[in-house]
Amino acid sequence: MVMQFIRKAGLFLATAMASFSAHADYAWNFPKPVTPMALDTLHVHNKFMLITMAIFLVVLAIMIYSIVVHRKSKGYKAAKFTGPSTKSQVFWTLVPFAILLYIDFILMGIPAYHSVVMMEDTKNEAQMVVKVTGSQWRWQYEYMDGDAQGIKFVSNLTTPQDQIENKIEKGENYLLEVDNPLVLPVDKKVRVLLTANDVIHNWWIPAFGASRDAIPGFLRETWVKVEEPGTYRGQCKELCGKGHGFMPAVVKAVPEEEFKQWVVAQKEQMETAAAGADKEWTKDDLVAHGKGVYEKNCAVCHQVTGAGLPPAFPALTGSKIVAAPNLDEDGKLLKDSHLDRVLNGKGVMPAWKGTLNDTDIAAVVTYERNALGNSVGDMLQPSQVKALR
Amino acid sequence: MATHTEGQYFVPTPSLYPFIISLGLLSMASGFILSLAHERHKDLGYLQGPGEWMMIVGAVAVIAMIFRWMGKVISESEGGMYKKWEDKSFRWGMIVFICSEVAFFAAFFGALFYMRVISVPEIAAFDPDYTMYKDFLGTWPSTGPGGLVLGTEYTPPANFSPMAAWGIPAINTLILLSSGVTVTWAHWGLLKNNRKQLVIGLFLTVLLGIIFLALQAYEYHHAYTELGLTLNAGAYGSTFFMLTGFHGFHVTLGTIMLIVILLRSIKGHFTPQHHFGFEGVAWYWHFVDVVWLGLFIFVYWL
Amino acid sequence: MSYSATASHDEHHDHPTGMMRWLTTTNHKDIGTMYLTFSLIMFLVGGFMILCVRAELFQPGLQLVQPELFNQLIGVHALVMIFTALMPAATGFANWMLPLQIGAPDMALPRLNNWGFWLLPPAAILLTLPFTLAMFGIGDGAIATGWTFYTPLSVQGGLGVDFAIFSVHLLGISSVMGSINIIVTIFNMRAPGMTMMKLPMFAWGWLITAFLLIATIPVLAGAVTMLLTDRHFGTHFFDAAGGGDPILFQHLFWFFGHPEVYILLLPVWGFMPQILQTFSRKPMYGYKAQVYSLWAIGALSVVVWAHHFFTVGMPVPALLYFMYSTMAISVPLAVLFFCWIATIWRGSMSFETPMLFAVGWIILFGIGGLTGLVLADVAADAQYHHTYFVVAHFHYTLFAGGIMGIMAGVYYWLPKMTGHMYNEKLGKLHFWLTAIAFNLTFIPQFFLGLAGMPRRIPDYALQFTEFNQISTIAAFVLGLSQLLFVYNIISCARGGKKATDKVWEGAEGLEWTLPSPPPYHSFTEQPVVK
Ligand code: HEA
Ligand code: HEA
Ligand code: HEC
Ligand code: CUA
Ligand SMILES: [Cu+2]
Repeated sequence: MVMQFIRKAGLFLATAMASFSAHADYAWNFPKPVTPMALDTLHVHNKFMLITMAIFLVVLAIMIYSIVVHRKSKGYKAAKFTGPSTKSQVFWTLVPFAILLYIDFILMGIPAYHSVVMMEDTKNEAQMVVKVTGSQWRWQYEYMDGDAQGIKFVSNLTTPQDQIENKIEKGENYLLEVDNPLVLPVDKKVRVLLTANDVIHNWWIPAFGASRDAIPGFLRETWVKVEEPGTYRGQCKELCGKGHGFMPAVVKAVPEEEFKQWVVAQKEQMETAAAGADKEWTKDDLVAHGKGVYEKNCAVCHQVTGAGLPPAFPALTGSKIVAAPNLDEDGKLLKDSHLDRVLNGKGVMPAWKGTLNDTDIAAVVTYERNALGNSVGDMLQPSQVKALR
Repeated sequence: MATHTEGQYFVPTPSLYPFIISLGLLSMASGFILSLAHERHKDLGYLQGPGEWMMIVGAVAVIAMIFRWMGKVISESEGGMYKKWEDKSFRWGMIVFICSEVAFFAAFFGALFYMRVISVPEIAAFDPDYTMYKDFLGTWPSTGPGGLVLGTEYTPPANFSPMAAWGIPAINTLILLSSGVTVTWAHWGLLKNNRKQLVIGLFLTVLLGIIFLALQAYEYHHAYTELGLTLNAGAYGSTFFMLTGFHGFHVTLGTIMLIVILLRSIKGHFTPQHHFGFEGVAWYWHFVDVVWLGLFIFVYWL
Repeated sequence: MSYSATASHDEHHDHPTGMMRWLTTTNHKDIGTMYLTFSLIMFLVGGFMILCVRAELFQPGLQLVQPELFNQLIGVHALVMIFTALMPAATGFANWMLPLQIGAPDMALPRLNNWGFWLLPPAAILLTLPFTLAMFGIGDGAIATGWTFYTPLSVQGGLGVDFAIFSVHLLGISSVMGSINIIVTIFNMRAPGMTMMKLPMFAWGWLITAFLLIATIPVLAGAVTMLLTDRHFGTHFFDAAGGGDPILFQHLFWFFGHPEVYILLLPVWGFMPQILQTFSRKPMYGYKAQVYSLWAIGALSVVVWAHHFFTVGMPVPALLYFMYSTMAISVPLAVLFFCWIATIWRGSMSFETPMLFAVGWIILFGIGGLTGLVLADVAADAQYHHTYFVVAHFHYTLFAGGIMGIMAGVYYWLPKMTGHMYNEKLGKLHFWLTAIAFNLTFIPQFFLGLAGMPRRIPDYALQFTEFNQISTIAAFVLGLSQLLFVYNIISCARGGKKATDKVWEGAEGLEWTLPSPPPYHSFTEQPVVK
């Protein structure tokens, strides 16, 4: 019996020690903080852990003493008291009360107050605004001001399905790797706006101490100021359906200079893509490009083979919608056509018009119509998609 | 507090009604869902039909059992099984039940306040640089800014206008208030053992209840055909119809119970000392009344 | 307390036998037995589901359970455990013991009581049926949104959500009926001379539970009704395009959900002091202080709900309000802890199984409560929220505080209910296995949470592997040790050493004045409490 309590106490001491030595070894505690907010959070957390641990040990000690000493088997005779009766006893009951209020509202309450005010101060002195949009199951990032304004991209999980299904060795950053991380300059206060396209997600990078819900139709905000260059990994933290566990958020913090170069490079890329939308594509090029788009964006639900997972996710192979025409004689978009579904979504099917560019949409639609066991034969030019927006 | 002079507490004999009611509810719920399942799985032909049947069978079972159960209670009551002690249990039970109904309506009033005070103004007040609702004003009544929701486009009704308070709703308020008076007057009659006053009072109450419901039905029709006010009309439509709808449902139940009590009074049930059945229904009716006042003030008027 | 009990021993068997006895019964003991049996079965069902989950989480990668099924299993695990295991267990005790403890002939509204129980099996069917239907290609399985039904995920979800909505409706009606019955019984059925301030603590715990149920369950019913109409009838409660707000659902849900956690524990806080008192052979410490604390907890519980969604982005004053009010709950709970410990302090303790569970319960629930206090801090909660830290917190409160508390009650009252002593050795073994395996299951989860593992994910990054493996192995040990519990109960019900009327040397209260087992109709004539 006593051994059990000692064991438990030991484990808890270990927690306490882990909190104590938090700055030396983070394995048992929050990851190393790299923003002022995360640092503050860690301090608050350590302090609270110590306080509660101390309370716990006191309570435990009293109980163990009583269990060891006040036993019938040791012949201990029961006392008779039933509650505070004299004035002095009432006084002694009120003292712990006062201590408690002190712990709750002074010792823990005041630092918590300052942290909250700091966390919610998103606008003051913000040097940059980034918009983060959650959708099932990927993050989209958009730079809202400054040089980077207009840069916009989707960030997909890159861990191969074979690793998830245990067919091949798992990589170092298993489930925490993406194709396009959000790139941020260090030492700048970045105001992060959050919203979502379908259900609630939560953008969370543990090393930043920032975690905020992305709610469809609403704008929420938080802020980060990364103080050390590096790659920081987190995950979506609000249950958002089947792919919730496969929706990492990765941020690459780089020095100011490097960030500027990255912005320039991105802008150039965007121009080439825009040019691509105006040129005439061949069917083979579209199908080849579409395969990549499909596997990155659509295969989670419709599967790589196009077989889907009915009844939740329809098969695209042999789909009536895919077989039907997209446009009427005047070139207008037909309702509930293949392209309409891809642009505007329906139910669980996301609307892709805000996410993919014209080339990608034209390519993926062409791909679906001419691969995955379908052979409709026609194709869609990026310029046609552009005209429909 | 408990009274013991009257001896033993009446414990009813075993009964199958509750079990069958539960099965009926199960059948109704799963039938409803199956009928929805058919919508989603057009390919599964065998899903067509059984859902509706299950709902009907379930509802019949529930209604039949409630009738038998209440009939049993009435016969036990008339058989003199219920003394003061049992009577007190029923009273406490009814009070607690009405409290739970209050909480149920509170949820919908809560939703109304939340939308009016928090969500609608908030949607209108996002940072103007980044908001996606540039010209949404956020004033109440509101049918929302519109937009794409889970793949379905929602456009607020163009010709929408809210329900005016000082027409039918005001008349309905008067009707319900006077029905509260008539039922109390009937109670006085019962206490004085004046059966004629009791029956007339109850009859008037039932009549007022039915008029209220008829006006309410007319109002709904008006809303749908002329005001562009439907269940789908955003925040206002949702809260308006859910609140008034559940209230109307409770008025319907209350009216049915009043009719039962009226018939029992005509048959000569109830004595000045012993009439929990009457009082329970009267309390319920007053509760429905008070909820309406809340509705009138917060849904129609302010 | 002294009393003059005249238990009538003439058992007139005026009830049907066989299956019909159970379907139709209006007897509080029969109904209590059904509640407790149902609860035990559902505990095994819910536990089985989560063992599948733990097995999947044994290693990174997807092995046994696909993500869709995973999401269904966790949500239904929670709904089953909370609504059909823990709550019915407490109601079962209320049915069995309240009339005996307050000297009543039966519950106040026996037919309603029967209905309250028989609503539960249909509700359980509605929760679990979708798994089976999905196998036949109908629908896409059970609710996959977690037990919290968050919109818009639940608006988007499949038929499982509708099943769960109706299940919650039935469970809600059942709880409201049960609560009406308990409130009326306590108000109206007490033995002469038993004033409110002489009520057994268990009755106080349940009275406040029942008030909370009456105040909050209908709100949940309203919330899921709005969800139903949003899903199928085009309303816009939870939808920004119509002026609604997904967060409105969270407000409504947690207005119920937070009081719910006290609903689960208040009955336990009620009978636990009675157990402590019995086995320390010393009167309960601070009866009045405990009663007032229970009231304070009940009152505070309905004004702190938003601490479950600090990260949705609330105005600063709201954050501060919900943080400080949540912290305030630790004050009445500290009073309770103080009283419990003072009850055993300088007692003459012996450690039969119920006492082992009771003492272990104080310590483990203490951990759960203290970690709850840490969660209440908005700043740090950004980090803890929706990680395994929270999962560990609420299993310390729900499993240790709830289920282990109930187990203490089962061992305490089983001899009274069956008339036989259970196997003490097995009981002790069950306690030690449970306590150790429980800690090994959930302590690693605290560290997982701190290190950043989100909850509700079927697959995880490599750095979380070791802790998950410990947790899974321990969970299986924990699960298997519950088979001892089941075995012990069954064999105790079937026979064994006869139990005396008083059973425990230090037992106090009216229930111990009746024979073990008590006659079918007890207290047909009420005892007088002086
Ligand atoms: C029975 C169940 C139960 C109980 C009793 C509690 C008790 C408490 N809980 Fe817990 N909680 C849950 C079940 C429970 N909880 C569940 C199920 C969830 C997750 C739901 C979900 O998302 O799915 C949750 C989540 C949860 C959160 C949200 C976390 C998040 O998602 O981010 C928070 C935040 O404030 C919280 C706080 C508390 C607090 C302050 C208490 C307090 O009542 C604790 C009070 C007790 C003590 C403080 C300890 C005893 C006192 C002493 C030993 C004396 C000395 C003490 C001091 C001086 C402080 N809980
Ligand atoms: C009263 C409530 C209660 C109880 C008793 C439990 C009991 C247990 N819970 Fe549960 N749990 C919740 C309430 C509860 N839980 C809630 C509310 C959630 C949140 C859900 C959500 O996110 O929405 C949750 C979520 C939850 C998770 C997180 C899932 C996730 O987020 O991905 C985990 C993970 O480990 C877990 C584990 C366990 C374990 C190991 C037990 C064990 O204690 C169970 C032990 C019992 C048994 C195992 C059954 C008996 C034994 C047998 C039947 C043996 C025979 C069978 C075999 C050998 C196969 N629970
Ligand atoms: C989140 C999961 C998901 C993703 C990702 C997804 N889809 Fe879908 N898709 C669905 C669902 C669900 C439907 C069924 C919609 C309905 O009819 O209710 C669907 C329907 C379709 C249809 C109509 C098929 C039919 O027969 O009904 C097409 C075409 C389609 N998707 C193409 C795509 C393309 C192209 C992409 C990627 C760019 C994509 N989908 C990505 C879930 C998804
Ligand atoms: Cu996105 Cu979870
Ligand atoms: Cu809570």
